[in-house]
Parts: sequence; C-alpha cells; structure tokens
Amino acid sequence: MPFYEAMRLALQTIRAQKLKSGFSLLGVFIGVASLIGAWSIVNGVNRYMTEKFAQTLYGVNTFQLRRRPMFTPNVPDSVWRAWARRPRIRFSDAEAVSAGLTVPVITAWQSSDNVTVSYSNKEARDIELTAASERYFDIKNLNIELGRPFTGEENRSGAPVVVLGDAVKQRLFADRAPLGKSVRIGGVPYRVIGVVAKQGSILGFPLDRFVVVPALSPAQNLVNPPGILDAFLVKARSELEMREAIAQAEGIMRGRRHLRPRQDNNFVLETSEGVQQFWAGISRILVVLLPGVVVISLVIGGIVIMNIMLMAVAERTREIGLRKSLGARRRDVLRQFLAESTAIATVGAAFGIVAGIGLTVLIDKISPLPASVSPMSIVLGIIMGGGVGVVAGVYPATRAARLDPIAALRQE
Amino acid sequence: MSTVQLFRTGDTPRPDVIILTHKLTREYDMGSELVRALRGVSVQIQKNEYVAVMGPSGSGKSTLMNLIGCLDTPTSGEYWLNGQQVSDLADDELARIRNKEIGFVFQTFNLLPRADALHNVELPLIYAGLSARNRRERAAHALQRVGLGDRMDHRPNELSGGQRQRVAIARALVNEPSILLADEPTGNLDSTTGLEIMALFRELHDSGQTVVMVTHEQDIAAHAARVITLRDGVVATDQRQAA
Repeated sequence: MPFYEAMRLALQTIRAQKLKSGFSLLGVFIGVASLIGAWSIVNGVNRYMTEKFAQTLYGVNTFQLRRRPMFTPNVPDSVWRAWARRPRIRFSDAEAVSAGLTVPVITAWQSSDNVTVSYSNKEARDIELTAASERYFDIKNLNIELGRPFTGEENRSGAPVVVLGDAVKQRLFADRAPLGKSVRIGGVPYRVIGVVAKQGSILGFPLDRFVVVPALSPAQNLVNPPGILDAFLVKARSELEMREAIAQAEGIMRGRRHLRPRQDNNFVLETSEGVQQFWAGISRILVVLLPGVVVISLVIGGIVIMNIMLMAVAERTREIGLRKSLGARRRDVLRQFLAESTAIATVGAAFGIVAGIGLTVLIDKISPLPASVSPMSIVLGIIMGGGVGVVAGVYPATRAARLDPIAALRQE
Repeated sequence: MSTVQLFRTGDTPRPDVIILTHKLTREYDMGSELVRALRGVSVQIQKNEYVAVMGPSGSGKSTLMNLIGCLDTPTSGEYWLNGQQVSDLADDELARIRNKEIGFVFQTFNLLPRADALHNVELPLIYAGLSARNRRERAAHALQRVGLGDRMDHRPNELSGGQRQRVAIARALVNEPSILLADEPTGNLDSTTGLEIMALFRELHDSGQTVVMVTHEQDIAAHAARVITLRDGVVATDQRQAA
C-alpha cells in the first residue's frame, strides 16, 4: 500500500472519529502551542533587544568611551573595586580622541545623574539629568517634537537651556505650552527650548524621564566633578568605520594613559554588543527552560496518542485480520496505523501552530513583553508534532502488524 | 478416480491441479498437550472443481481451510497452490499469495462498515498496488458480476444480508483468484437468501471459477460437485456427486 493510500485512510478514520481524535491530539496541540508561544516571546524580546533597545541606549554604529562598562550585571566586588580605581574620562581625553580620529564621525559628551526638576510649585523627581554636547540628540536618535535642540554655540557658552523628555513635560506642564518657560534644575533656572517625542518604555523601564542640558552649563556640577565625563559618544557611518574608530580611539587613549603593551586598558570602548551579550545570556536560560515545558506536553501527548492507538488496534482487530486475509503485508498494516498516529499528531501540531500564533499576537498586544513568531518555531512544531506521532504509533502499529490473521478474524 | 495422479514427495503437481496437499499435518502446542488438528491430509483439487469440505466440529476442517487459504502454515507435509509450493513461504509471500490466488468469503461477510460497497471491493486491489482508477473500474465490474451494479455507493448497513454477502463475493473475485474459498458462506443467511448465494456460486463455477467451500450443512454441501469429509484430522470420504 503506497504512502498516500495510508495517509488517505488515516484521514478518513480521523474524520469518522472526530471526538476521539480531538482528545488524542490535545497533548500535541498544547505542546506545539506552548512551543510557538514561548519561542515567540524569546524571539520578540530578542528582536526588540537588538533592534530597539540597543539602538535607543547606544545608537547605531556607536561606541562609548567610559571608565567602566555601562551595563554591568553580575560583576564581582573585586572587579568593581578595580574599576573604581581607574582614572576617569576627562574633557581633555574626549578632545584628544576627537582630534585624533581620521574616520568621519560625530561625537558627543555625556554625563548623567538623577535630579529633581521643578516648575513653579510642581516637581518631577528622579529625573535623569544629562549634560551633553549638541550632537547627543543625533547620536541618540532623539526626535525633537516641539521647539529645537540646543546649538553648539549654546553648548560651548554653557547657556542655561534645557530639552525635556516627554514624561517631564507632562509632569510639569501637562497640556500647557512649555517652550520659553523657566524650570529649575539644582536651583538654577533653565529655559525650556525643546521637548523630545515620547519614546515609551523598554521592558517596563520608562524612557521619557530625562532632561538634557548643555555639557558646560551650570548643571555640569550636579553630574560630575569639573572636567570629568561619564562617557564620550562616537557615532560612525558604518560598522566597519566604527571598528576602525574604536581601534584608533584605543590607541589614542593608551598613549594618553601611558599603558605598556602588556597592560590592560583602564577604560572601555563599549558598543551595544555588551547589552546584547547580557540578553543572550538570559535568552539562553529561557531556551533551556522552554524545552522542558514543551517536552513534557509532547510526551504526554505521545502517551495519549499511543493509548488511543492501542485502543484503535484492539477495536479494529477484525478489520486488521480481514485486511491481512486480503493480502495486506505486515508493513502495510504497520504503515496504516503509523500514518494514522502521525496524522493525528500532525493535525494537532497544525492546530497548535494556529493557537500559538494567536497566543503570540495576544501577548504582544496585552502584555509589556514584545512577541513575534519565529518561522523556525513553526517548522520545528510541525516536525516535533509529526515525530511524536511516529514515535507514539510505533508500538501500537507493530502490535497490529504482528496480529495473527486467523485469531484476528475470529475475534468478535 | 482415474484423473488423480499418485503424488510422491519430490514430485511436482500436474498443471491442471490447483490445490494439492500431501501428508499435510498441523499440530498446536497448547502447553500441556499437543493438539493434532490435521494428521496427514492428502487431497488434489483440479481447476474448475466445485468442492465442499464437511465434517463435524473438531474434525480439522477449519484448520484445513486456514492452510488452504495461506493464513496458516503446516507443521509438516506439502501444500501446492497453482503450481507453487507454498507450505514453507515467509509471511510477506503468503500475504501476496492470499492477495493474488485466494478469494475469501466469510460467514460474517467481514465488510468494512464505514466504507461503501465499491471501496470494500477495491480493498484487495489496494494491496495489489493498482492505481485508483484501475481499481474502481475493476471493483465496479466485479459488483456488476454479482448483480449489485446499482448498489456501489451503499454502505454495508444499507444493504441486506444477501447483498452484503454478494459484496463480499465481489471482493473475493475482484483480483481474479485461482480459488474462491468460502467458509460457511450461508451460515448467517436465511434459507432463501442462502439458495440465492448458492445459485451465484453455481454461476461462477459454470464460468470457470474453482470453488472450495467449508460447511457443516448437508444441503449446502449438496450444491457442490464433490464432497470431502474430514474426521479426526484425516479425510474420511471423498465423493463426487451429480450436481
């Protein structure tokens, strides 16, 4: 009996016994649906991390010259102490790197700390104050929704002007026009010249609770000691040029710090890769946990299918005997029942994929987790679902194939 | 019985001999005791014979029927079917022989309840590896031959007992087997319908079909041209009779 005959027969049987088949494909259905759903979350967060998170926090083709890495999960105390002993990044370092780079880049200074910003009797607490140079807006892709960013001239002269994040604007001004108004930062009045478009949040972190002032404005004393920077930001035109710029910056900084060839850098040149590596670590944990759930439901699904198939073999003993008497070989009977269990599992997997995609859309819509379906998970879902059907069908099908036709025909 | 040659081990049957058993035995090991169902049965059935096998229960007629139908293999002895020794063939080859050489008709019809008449008749052809179109044509032809040309799309539960048995006979004939092997073909039918089935058997026999029928009913066996009676695992009588 050719394969397609076996498959057609299997589908006929499934159609004829809808309820029973429905129950038997439930396990595989749940397994595949959870596979797709969970994978979609990992996949979605992954894409979010690489596309949005990294770009928002670092910018594309951008690196930062810092004393220590910005994103530092799970670092032992000894490393922390070593980092704390490092010299800080100075204005002069930034100027030297800026002057020494031969690759076309744009650069910005950046120092940040949390402050309270007030306007008349209103206060916005825990606001990230960033003292930066004028290209900061370009590097960070901050869209000015209202007004303008500050200019190079304003930056150099240390003008008391400020660009507000959306949350700060909402908190202090609500629906009123903020431009030209004077807010107080560390007791110093700053004139509002612009508002950055709302950015939302990343995994629950609000992105709009910030203000940006010129690096040399009075508030620089609130973020760092004089002449000190948190980070020097460098954005190149391409990844290749960024690598080149990193190499050049490293050489310049090592020269300025008088480091011998054997000595390690006492500064970091950090790209968005660091964050991504951290995320890769988290997603690896998820990728280890995820199969647990999936495997459990698929194993249960397999056991259910196996039981249903054993019942089917018992119920249809006479049919098997008849088919054998009409010339069915062992392999024909084997194939028939294997096709049936595989078809049940594959149909279950197909429903599971539909449900998994639905689940993904739902998660994406109603939870803060971004989720997007990975095509790979669909392929894997089908393969695993079908595989479960084959594995679960082998034992019942073998029993069917081994039945003695005489005994089988005699059975009532 | 001048037409029957004396057969010795090592011989090959004459080409017009469809079934030849030689000292056929079948023993069942039931653990504590050995059941000797057949104790050396030697029969020859020629092409286009119409034979009834009779005997009381326990005589070995079912065992002989299973052996002739290649559903079982003998403990010792030879069984030649249509010029081929099948007594020591492997499982898959026996399946092929059942498919090509033997058309079974059972007491309980054994039709697939979910399939219509046409599909039921098609079954042996699926295992013969015929194409779907070819199968349908031949199955339809076989159904016409048993007078059910207008019932092809009926399921078994939409047919009368006699019609069901006709479907089963069409299924037995569809692959043009060497023998039609019937096991109590009228056992589940009323006497009128049973006579109709016997008339069909007669018709098939007249058109050249070899028929072997196992029955315990004297008046059914009377339709055959030859009656072999088994008793205690051996042939007791073997008589030809006027039809």
